[in-house]
Amino acid sequence: MYKIGVIGDKDSILGFKALGLSVFPVTQPSEAEKILHQLTQDRYAVIYITEQVAKDIVSSIEQYKDNKIPAIIPIPGNRGTLGIGMQNIKKSVERAVGADILFRDE
Amino acid sequence: MAMLRVNPTRMELTRLKKRLLVARRGHKLQKDKRDELMKQFLELVRKNKELREKVEKMLMQVHSNFLIARAVMSNEMLEEALMFPKQDVSVDVSTKNIMSVNVPVFDYSTKSDDKANIYPYGFATTSGELDTAVGTLAEVLPYMLELAQMEKSAQLLAQEIEKARRRVNALEHVLIPQLTETIKYITMKLEENERGTIIRLMKVKDMMIEQARKAAAQQAKY
Repeated sequence: MYKIGVIGDKDSILGFKALGLSVFPVTQPSEAEKILHQLTQDRYAVIYITEQVAKDIVSSIEQYKDNKIPAIIPIPGNRGTLGIGMQNIKKSVERAVGADILFRDE
Repeated sequence: MAMLRVNPTRMELTRLKKRLLVARRGHKLQKDKRDELMKQFLELVRKNKELREKVEKMLMQVHSNFLIARAVMSNEMLEEALMFPKQDVSVDVSTKNIMSVNVPVFDYSTKSDDKANIYPYGFATTSGELDTAVGTLAEVLPYMLELAQMEKSAQLLAQEIEKARRRVNALEHVLIPQLTETIKYITMKLEENERGTIIRLMKVKDMMIEQARKAAAQQAKY
């Protein structure tokens, strides 16, 4: 059985704890990086990271892009969305098609 | 055009022709694979985009609910209320095969199925706003998991499409032209050799005829 982890600033992710997800409150990017690597070694299938944290550790997240698990998914924190999640979808479209064909209208 | 460095022999020619055949077949297969993957991918990514928009909107709602809850309750109280979760979520990972790409499928199971039984605190000391916040968050969770699955699948498919595309391009623009060029070179070289041999034979024949005529003329003298 796999678990679900959430990394982010404390105020954004506290609620997930009530649902039984494992939450890891962080304040520094280096801290988040450490926890991320730790979780990938552990049995975590899905790791949600708030975008505010994710934007500083993009290179670490990219490392796990081609692995089947864990799926590292950016979610908006309580300070609003930064559009990183959408950016990622756009990037994978660009990677596959060679050009951006979904978001052209924006 | 680039050409392979080979000896222009008949054996090499048959070998190259075989290789060209295999390359053509591989090219067609890879192209079909790429097209089908692309079809699947575009469908998936379109759904992915919609789902992400939905989840982000719902999460913002959750965050604003929590903000209200935090405003009504003290920070310590809030933390205390959420400290020991009642609910537990675990995920089962299986794989699905899309065009020989293994993508994960997440099945989640919760400890208690009762929707009203997820609140890990007594209602006496907490505010109603917190209940709303936790309730909405519980509603988003299934969508978030679906999103995780979709996004991962999209990434893996994109990777595979990139590979297939590279293979198609390499075959189409490098290997196949190279092979046809080399085959053409060998055939021409062989033909040239053949012509050379024929000419030589004709020359030899002419010389022999000349000699025979001379010999006949000398014999007629005596």
